[in-house]
Amino acid sequence: MSDKFDVIVIGCGVVGAAIARELSRYKIKVAVLEKEADVSFGTSKANSGIIHGGFHSTPGSMKAKLVVPGNRKFDRLCDELDFPFERRGELMVAFSEDDVRILHTYYSRGKENKVPYLELLGRDRVMEMESELNPDVQGALFAPTAGIICPYEYCFSLIANAQENGVELFLNSRVSWIGKNHSDQFEVETEKGCKFSADFVINAAGLFADEIANFVGLSTFKITPRKGEEYLLDRRVSTLVNRVIFPVPSSSSKGMLVIPTVDGPVMVGPTALDIDNKTDFSTTRAGLQEVFSQAQKMVPSIRTSDIITSFVGLRPASTVGDFILGKTTVDGFINAAGIESPGLTASPAIAEYIRDVLIKEELRLELKSDFEPKRKKLFTRVRHLIDNRKFDEFDKLVNENKDYSKLICRCENVTEAEIVAAVRNGHHTLDGVKFATRAGTGRCQAGFCTPRIMEIISREAGIPLEKITKKGAGSEVIPYPLKKGSGDE
Amino acid sequence: MNKIVDAVIIGGGPAGLAAAMSLKKNGIDKILISEREDYLGGILMQCIHNGFGLHRFNEELTGPEYAERYMNFVEEADIEVYKNSCTIDIIDDGDNKTVYMMSEVLGLIRVTTKVVIFAMGCRERNRGNIAIPGSRPAGVMTAGLAQKMVNRYGYMPGKEVVILGSGDIGLIMARRMTWEGAKVKAVVEVQPYPGGLNRNIVQCLNDFNIPLYLSHTVTNINGNNRITSVDIAPINEFREPDIKEQFTLTCDTLLLSVGLIPENELSQKVGVILDNVTSGPLVDANLMTNIPGFFACGNVLHVHDLVDFVSEESETCGKNAADYIKSCLSLDKEIPLKPGHLVRYVLPTKVEAGKKALISLRAIAPAEDVTLYIKAGDKVLFKKKHKKIFPSEMQRIVIDEVPSDAETLDVLFE
Repeated sequence: MSDKFDVIVIGCGVVGAAIARELSRYKIKVAVLEKEADVSFGTSKANSGIIHGGFHSTPGSMKAKLVVPGNRKFDRLCDELDFPFERRGELMVAFSEDDVRILHTYYSRGKENKVPYLELLGRDRVMEMESELNPDVQGALFAPTAGIICPYEYCFSLIANAQENGVELFLNSRVSWIGKNHSDQFEVETEKGCKFSADFVINAAGLFADEIANFVGLSTFKITPRKGEEYLLDRRVSTLVNRVIFPVPSSSSKGMLVIPTVDGPVMVGPTALDIDNKTDFSTTRAGLQEVFSQAQKMVPSIRTSDIITSFVGLRPASTVGDFILGKTTVDGFINAAGIESPGLTASPAIAEYIRDVLIKEELRLELKSDFEPKRKKLFTRVRHLIDNRKFDEFDKLVNENKDYSKLICRCENVTEAEIVAAVRNGHHTLDGVKFATRAGTGRCQAGFCTPRIMEIISREAGIPLEKITKKGAGSEVIPYPLKKGSGDE
Repeated sequence: MNKIVDAVIIGGGPAGLAAAMSLKKNGIDKILISEREDYLGGILMQCIHNGFGLHRFNEELTGPEYAERYMNFVEEADIEVYKNSCTIDIIDDGDNKTVYMMSEVLGLIRVTTKVVIFAMGCRERNRGNIAIPGSRPAGVMTAGLAQKMVNRYGYMPGKEVVILGSGDIGLIMARRMTWEGAKVKAVVEVQPYPGGLNRNIVQCLNDFNIPLYLSHTVTNINGNNRITSVDIAPINEFREPDIKEQFTLTCDTLLLSVGLIPENELSQKVGVILDNVTSGPLVDANLMTNIPGFFACGNVLHVHDLVDFVSEESETCGKNAADYIKSCLSLDKEIPLKPGHLVRYVLPTKVEAGKKALISLRAIAPAEDVTLYIKAGDKVLFKKKHKKIFPSEMQRIVIDEVPSDAETLDVLFE
């Protein structure tokens, strides 16, 4: 017995989720298999959250072809899916004459990639735009169409809307075997022993895309994790920069950036280091020093004492050096692999590209008449009302749902109503709730709200406190009850 | 909902309770305590060990017993308390202040008041603040959070424990976890001297043979889902970890006791100016902040090591706030206090001429055979010999009458 689908998407990061949402427009059965306890828990959650203008990519590459169309789709997506997105613009800043020459190279690249409104700016204009920049700046390349989003909220909203339109999501479902049955359909098995079958498999497995491809006998590429460390600064210094600030890049990375986030706090990073281990998410002393020494060259007032947390993302860098998109020598097995920067920006365009591949591969795609592009609103963010002193609106909200007046995370002003909504929507881990609501992301780093969030998860999802995890099985927070039945104080 | 009172106290921990008691005793009736938990007493309620109250009550009490003394007064005096109520914003209109609270039961509340007393306490420094390298597994938490999990919820975070930082909560938790059957393998302290009180080093570590590694730090956290080990290295003369001497301890839990930060985000929202050293509000001799009608006391003002001193300070603060409400708060001539040799900070930064003054201070580094002086010019107002001083031990001094002719008071060790 196995569940039969038209398409199985393996991996639910931004790429898998964008594909799932695109396919949910059509009258087909789609399953998404995610190995982690929640979506976006792999590379996507550690993404810098930049919607790039598109001047970095080498003209002619898949990256260059999809980055500008991807960027263009975000206004509409943001409107439909209601995730935070702001077109702040990005500046590549030059500090020497050599740098200025390189700016010109990127300017021509951008022009070739059809990046709109690109501009080369002189020193005074740059300082006027970003007053905290090092005054030694000599000029900048400005892409006003670049933006910032919250990568995991984007991912959550894509998959939520896909689910509202019929896509089935399976969490904690690590694929352990793929084969074909006698009617030439794929059989996919997960570690837990669940079986699925489908005519098409889309490999959006990020870091593990090479291993998934190996299951069907393909070894055309290898994925090497490229580690990036990022450091998040206190809300207090959230006005350091208004736009995304880049240095002139080196050969292996875009360099250390100073990144405003849609949630307010500024982020600095990421490093870029090729490593062997796909599960090495450790930050390092060397990484910290590299990030801050480089970031301080651009914005001298950045200080390590403002760090509230740090994290690591592993970019799925492939041996191909470009996005690996499309059909393979195995009929029906389609890759969406090697999606490193600017993958987030390109993701909506990647989704459409994959849809077109499916059409060419003769999957019948007929639009649903009842496709609902608007995501259902899960909850109202109380923080936005409080920050803007919209107390009357808040009063109204509380009259509708009392839980909106129970503040759980006071650093980020997240209420019980928001957390309950997130848990009921399937976020059953502390990290899942954190990414969905921001509870625990603030300056106390969940020092106060952890027990209260755990109580809500326990109550709403029926999980005993000792079984509640940070990020999936094996990461239980308080695994040992002192004595049986002593759960309520 | 709207409400009018004379004084709003933000926080129902030891500071808030003592301030409320003192306001009441000084003739103020319309008092409101806003407490965000569903119980009063604050962090004391998770401190089930004893050692509280020696100065205040000449008795050794547990945290909840100590809190109860004040809670009983608050209850008997009919002081209004909003539990499960979080203050989210304050707008200062001069004579009146509007405090916005969210309450589970009452929804949004707008309280108009003459006085606001900040008594929010502090939060623990966390892993992010000190940027410990390594992975981000479960099993890494602050000592205070672990204390709450064990003492109030009845759950142990793990069985093989390393503690980074020798602050008092970390030391207390070393003993607590040991009592509950855990193996505490080490307490690691970056400084060459302990961060907590000497009595806690003796009673919580030495009595259980728990090793204390001074001048060491955690250089790496290992493990993916759950922490599996930590790397520890000594600190060399350049104050950097000496990686050559690094060693690894397996563990399933790392507790952090690396300092406390006064929680002043709300105070800053109103425009209160903070002191760079204490991270608490800059206050005058009356414990009033730079904005008239806003007072601060307890750990939100500066981190204390004994709750007894929190209560004492907060009662003084409550009395001053009562005087302010009755328009008889005097501040004739303020005399600045100047921290001198070996003094990290003095609080308050000014005292009032001709009045009694209560002065708190901390040393900047450990020292032996020193004498603490408070001088007005050449005149010695206070003098006390110390065999040993530690930054972890706050000094508390009463000057009965500050001389009116003094220009400044120098506070120093010699």
